[in-house]
Amino acid sequence: MPKLTIDGELVEVPPGSTVLQACEAAGREIPVFCYHPRLNIAGNCRMCLVEVEKMPKPQASCALPAADGMVVRTNSPLVHKARKGVLELLLINHPLDCPICDQGGECDLQDLTLFYGPDKSRFKENKRPVADKYLGPLISTHMTRCIHCTRCIRFLNEIAGVEELGAVHRGEHMEITTWVEAALSSELQGNIIDLCPVGALNSKPYEYRARTWELKKTESVDVLDAVGASIRIDSRGNEVMRILPRLHEEVNEEWLADKSRFAYDGLKKRRLDVPMLRKAGKLEPVDWKTVLAAVAERVRATDPNRIAFLIGDQVDCETMVLVKELAERLGTPHVECRQDGSPLGTRPRAQYRFNTTIAGIEQADVCLLVGTNPRFEAPLVNARIRKRWRRGGFTVGRIGVPFDLTYPVQDLGAGPPTLEEVAHGWHSFAEKLAAAERPMLILGTGALARPDGAAILSLAHRLAESVRLVREGWNGFNVLHTAAARVGGLELGLVPGPGGRDLAGILDGIERGEIELVFSIGVEEIDPKRLEKAFVVHLGTHGDRTAPIASAILPGAAYTEKNATWVNLEGRPQRGRLAVFPPGEAKEDWRILRALSEAIGRTVPLDTLAQVRMRMAELAPQLGEIDRIRPAEWGSFGRAGPVDPAPFTSPIRDYWRTCPISRASSVMAECSALAAARAREATGTHG
Amino acid sequence: MSAAPGRPQPYGAMAPDVESFAFTPENLEEAKKILARYPAGRQASAVLPLLHLAQAQHGGWLPKAALDYVAEFLGMAKIRVYEVASFYDMFNTEPVGRVQVRVCTTTPCWLCGSDAVLRAAREVLGCEPGESSPDGRFFLREFECLGACANAPVLWIDDDFYEDLTYERAKAVLESVVRGERPTPGPQSGRKGSMPAGGKTTLLEVGE
Ligand code: SF4
Ligand code: FES
Ligand code: FES
Repeated sequence: MPKLTIDGELVEVPPGSTVLQACEAAGREIPVFCYHPRLNIAGNCRMCLVEVEKMPKPQASCALPAADGMVVRTNSPLVHKARKGVLELLLINHPLDCPICDQGGECDLQDLTLFYGPDKSRFKENKRPVADKYLGPLISTHMTRCIHCTRCIRFLNEIAGVEELGAVHRGEHMEITTWVEAALSSELQGNIIDLCPVGALNSKPYEYRARTWELKKTESVDVLDAVGASIRIDSRGNEVMRILPRLHEEVNEEWLADKSRFAYDGLKKRRLDVPMLRKAGKLEPVDWKTVLAAVAERVRATDPNRIAFLIGDQVDCETMVLVKELAERLGTPHVECRQDGSPLGTRPRAQYRFNTTIAGIEQADVCLLVGTNPRFEAPLVNARIRKRWRRGGFTVGRIGVPFDLTYPVQDLGAGPPTLEEVAHGWHSFAEKLAAAERPMLILGTGALARPDGAAILSLAHRLAESVRLVREGWNGFNVLHTAAARVGGLELGLVPGPGGRDLAGILDGIERGEIELVFSIGVEEIDPKRLEKAFVVHLGTHGDRTAPIASAILPGAAYTEKNATWVNLEGRPQRGRLAVFPPGEAKEDWRILRALSEAIGRTVPLDTLAQVRMRMAELAPQLGEIDRIRPAEWGSFGRAGPVDPAPFTSPIRDYWRTCPISRASSVMAECSALAAARAREATGTHG
Repeated sequence: MSAAPGRPQPYGAMAPDVESFAFTPENLEEAKKILARYPAGRQASAVLPLLHLAQAQHGGWLPKAALDYVAEFLGMAKIRVYEVASFYDMFNTEPVGRVQVRVCTTTPCWLCGSDAVLRAAREVLGCEPGESSPDGRFFLREFECLGACANAPVLWIDDDFYEDLTYERAKAVLESVVRGERPTPGPQSGRKGSMPAGGKTTLLEVGE
């Protein structure tokens, strides 16, 4: 391990480190623009200059390998002079528009100029004009501000795996562009806004809406997919102004998928903000008392065996605790959190979790995807797989419909027959899995949410056993959920009790008049025609699919409007925090159910959030340990049976519109239209 | 230098933009030969010769369709080809005249009279540097050092260097090119290669 002297201090760094990393190890802060620890080294901004003994000129520390015996100075007059010079040159063509620049207040260039910048310009010539570029509905550009660090290009090439941005022309004429003025197609593109060290790339929907220092910052988690990325909600007054990723190495690193970042305008549109009751066929606003009394009366008048609870995709665990308690008090066994109809059971837990963990993907050496398109179902999981693939020595196989996942995939077949072959060891890929040191299987819910789902799950289990996916210190069996609520629901056991009906049973029951009253707790992905025969009490946030057929509407809080717990696909409980208040008369969901239980006369005695959480920890102790995954027990699951040879399909066709929030978002609508146009273009079927 | 294969002669008006592009059968053969020079998995290295081939085929500039074609041919991302094509001044990505006339105006050539060469080019072609001639047949531009300073000033027409120029010599070369001829490339002063202009000063005993 090389030992270096940094400003007189001896440090030892792992071989392969750069001088910059050595300086950081010694606690020195080196100013950088182009360097980013998660991207390849470019060494083009020269801001990181340091003085190295025996080297005649200042050296770019980010691109200089640390060698034994180097004597480095980061604070000498020469270093300061060099950095000043670099900064002056960078500023030559940079406009003085900080007062109107969105990056103002969180700009690396602004910050470093404070330390090293000249107080006046010696450059008398005209600054270089650069036309702004069109990159689509998410990113706006101010290319005169670009300092050509190429972070944006490197991110898209390396991490997103979508080579669409480049640097054209040369020297002073260099420009960052797609060349063809087309929207970027990556679903991780928003990250280049964060990466851009200046204000060249900005969030288009947020542009000119707020200044960073007037925003309240709330640390929370994302629920638009099941990854549970750490986010920061920036709000002003009672309005969400933007959403940014927060660092969480084990989940999202420092990235965020675009839907999670940009769908927030959907939080402000089509909201249910007042309780409603259907009177003479029309939904009419009423007050809380009236709606709760009306629902309570209806509940009391209905045989509990004819009441069902359905749980939607973004419901928090606190609300689910109340559902469980209420259903128990009412005596209805028909509780179902698997809105997609998948046959996952609650025990053993390993059957529904992403057991390898997201960070664990980096340890795997072979991966088999079954019925999943991770790029759409969980873009950040896909980014991890790509990250693993870039390191080399990694094979990905797929059973399902081909789709570009940004890394090479070996297509084995499209449907259950191929899975059968692999599970029985008749397929060569089974040998590959068995021979691997750390093999993993990712089972999409598209393979499970079908009539033969239980048989598919059983096949997956058989495969897991036959190639030993579960080994000492390794569990390679993974289910890739798309709903933020699902794992939490399964952990809490929100599945039909003894004699209870599952999703299909409930829907059939409605059809046949055997289920008369349905509580839709944020249910939006079920064909409303299948629900409409029942008296539907809808606890939801948006006038989306279910509200139009509901008989009573209880307006709830969206994920940015409550303190609540979600469990991500790994089984990691995480806390979201209230950033703004629910609109109008909408309330936190668990409180609504608590009030309803009282109106019914079957009070659930949980009065505070703390009490609800205590009850939650009783029901599922693992949910009491925030941000910790308690490994799940392995066992047998699934139900062997005949399978339908029809190919597996992903539950997500349109990445941009998958939930009430994203469907209400006009930004997402624009992205969706663009993606559709691109798909038409690609297949050549215009119109 | 010999003319690149597939260069159309004689020269007509400016090549139009096109919706689609493909190598002619002869150029396809040539492209395959070029590709074979590079090891497997490193085909992208062939991007420069293939762009030259495509530009020659299309008549002096590379429409987007040609760039996309080369990208697909080599299995590279399109943007990577756009980057390369825009980086080098030898490639034109906007419509220009078919015959490329480049006048070196870097210091050695300038000291030796490149101003006069440029004047001659302006007069004969009837356009300013960076423009195409009114008939669309020629594209005139200034260039940085062509690496032939020993024979400064230098004029580079398509694939040929014309060296040791004066106003008159440049004019003569250009006028003959305009007539559709190709004057003999190399020094126009009568000296051989870049031997001393006043005759040999060393190795005198070595025969001619
Ligand atoms: S746009 Fe921003 S990230 Fe991209 S090269 Fe310019 S300064 Fe760097
Ligand atoms: S940070 Fe080292 S050159 Fe840019
Ligand atoms: S300066 Fe003209 S060829 Fe070198």
